Amino acid sequence: MSFTPKALLLLATLTLAACQNPDRYGSGGADGMGGTGGPGSGYVDTTGLGDPNDPRSIAYFNQTVGDRVLFAVDQSTVSTEGRSILTAQAGWLNQNPGYAIIVEGHADEQGTREYNLALGARRAAAVQQFLISQGVSGTRMRTISYGKERPIEVCSTESCYSKNRRAVTVLSVGAGA
Amino acid sequence: MNFTRRHFAASLAAGAAALPVMARAQDGSPPRIVIGPGVIEPMPIAVPAFIDEGGAGELARNISRVVVSDLTGTGFFREIGPEAHIGRITSFDAGIGFEEWRAINAQVLITGAVSAAGDRVSVKFRAWDVVNGRQMDGAALQFAGTKAGWRRMAHKVADVVYSKITGEGGYFDSRVVFVAESGPKNARQKRLAVMDYDGANVQYLTDSSAIVLAPRFSPSGDRILYTSYETGFPRITLLNVGNLKRQTLAEQPGTMTFAPRFSPDGGSVVFSLERGGNTDIYLMNLGSGSTVQLTNSPSIETAPSFSPDGSQICFESDRTGGSQIYIMSTGGGEGRRISNGKGRYGTPVWSPRGDLIAFTKQAEGRFHIGVMRTDGSEERLLTASFLDEGPTWAPNGRVIMFTRETSGGGGQASLWSVDITGRNLRQIPTEGPASDPAWSPLLP
Repeated sequence: MSFTPKALLLLATLTLAACQNPDRYGSGGADGMGGTGGPGSGYVDTTGLGDPNDPRSIAYFNQTVGDRVLFAVDQSTVSTEGRSILTAQAGWLNQNPGYAIIVEGHADEQGTREYNLALGARRAAAVQQFLISQGVSGTRMRTISYGKERPIEVCSTESCYSKNRRAVTVLSVGAGA
Repeated sequence: MNFTRRHFAASLAAGAAALPVMARAQDGSPPRIVIGPGVIEPMPIAVPAFIDEGGAGELARNISRVVVSDLTGTGFFREIGPEAHIGRITSFDAGIGFEEWRAINAQVLITGAVSAAGDRVSVKFRAWDVVNGRQMDGAALQFAGTKAGWRRMAHKVADVVYSKITGEGGYFDSRVVFVAESGPKNARQKRLAVMDYDGANVQYLTDSSAIVLAPRFSPSGDRILYTSYETGFPRITLLNVGNLKRQTLAEQPGTMTFAPRFSPDGGSVVFSLERGGNTDIYLMNLGSGSTVQLTNSPSIETAPSFSPDGSQICFESDRTGGSQIYIMSTGGGEGRRISNGKGRYGTPVWSPRGDLIAFTKQAEGRFHIGVMRTDGSEERLLTASFLDEGPTWAPNGRVIMFTRETSGGGGQASLWSVDITGRNLRQIPTEGPASDPAWSPLLP
């Protein structure tokens, strides 16, 4: 039951590859507060994301392919609709191998802070595993959970909660495997 | 800060004992409050402004006001204000005219004196059993400290009086580490901060460049564990309170670590590690760095908390569906479930007295802070709101502080406290929104 830790008490030296989507969790951007909702529309700052008409751009991935899938309350199973979005994501990622991928898992505010961190991680891992099953290399991907720390919608009703229970596939340039 | 303290002569009460005593309440027993279920009539106390014995100025009065604030803040005492006083305390060593304090129905009288020279402040006080016309045993102390620590000296006075009257340990001279929040709900900024238990003396320990969550004090108060996104990913982080140096307690790449708490000896950290979507509980020795996995289950196991003797760990798990509370030995294992009511249970925290476990309960769309015995019996819900979570125990195990968050787009977090009988619910004053409080031990 024990393992040998490789990097204990390591000083904080890790840094993330520069991310090309600074508003990926809706912290601002063109209409981050009042987005019209729906995967791929309304809440992404397109600065630096390229031309959305260019099928090789991050903007195209975010808006046309769809960068996120939503989950039922307390669940991390990818829905039928989610599977079709992730299948399209995997096809795009396999054709555009230069992008590194971070899958962000999120939860709504109905739950304690630490449980929601674990729940967000489950959702991110479910997406990661689905993408791997569709041929996307696991070495291109990392996961991160924000728990309930970064809601994209702020109301306290199911209409917002349903959009906050999400996993978002975030791309960055040049750091691909 | 260091205090010197010594008991000083308790013989001065002798002169006062010669005064006539009212017959009605003189059974000879000292003033006593027993904290338990049922209605407790607050005990009336009188605290005349402490005497300035040289150089203290406003400090003398301010210290006596903090003593009053501490005691009345418990809900077990009520002040008979200075405007009602008949008796006048003009000198710390003068005899007490008990008749004048009985006339205004004070049961306890606290007198004190403060002197200051340079940065040094000296405080002495006595607590008097007005009904029986005598000084309370052991309730006379002298402290010395620095001017900046004047509130701590007041808290120490109040701790002695509270302990004498309730028979419980004190908790006023303590700090709380918490997360100071700002900004809108979808872009919340979070900073680690510490304050006195009553919200005074706030100091910030981190800037708001990275999300920080759920801090915990070490058993001696010299270090703080928390979860930080400083590296870009959630990592448990150890902060030295003295020099503010931070260390990331890193695990293997590709994992997330969070929910760290100290063992009672301060030498180990129990925490959650997530790998491939699955979260289990691990134990790390801070000296050697060796790490042992304590749970091994495909469900979420998190929010661990040691028993005060270090032999057991309570935690939450959703292995049966909704989260429930379990207890396992410190060596690990499946554990036994202790929570049994309807709803979901999380964030169990073992009382420093060992007798109770505080928790967050989610049922029928509401959140509650509650306590139960360590076998799961005698569950009591102390609060209810849209979102209450994350209880932390006062050092004496009689008061709980927690986060309350309001709903909606303008929803904000604040800190609240409640005693273990569910009485005396009150908000802790903070400069801005605040969450995730964790109480320090009683300061030395």
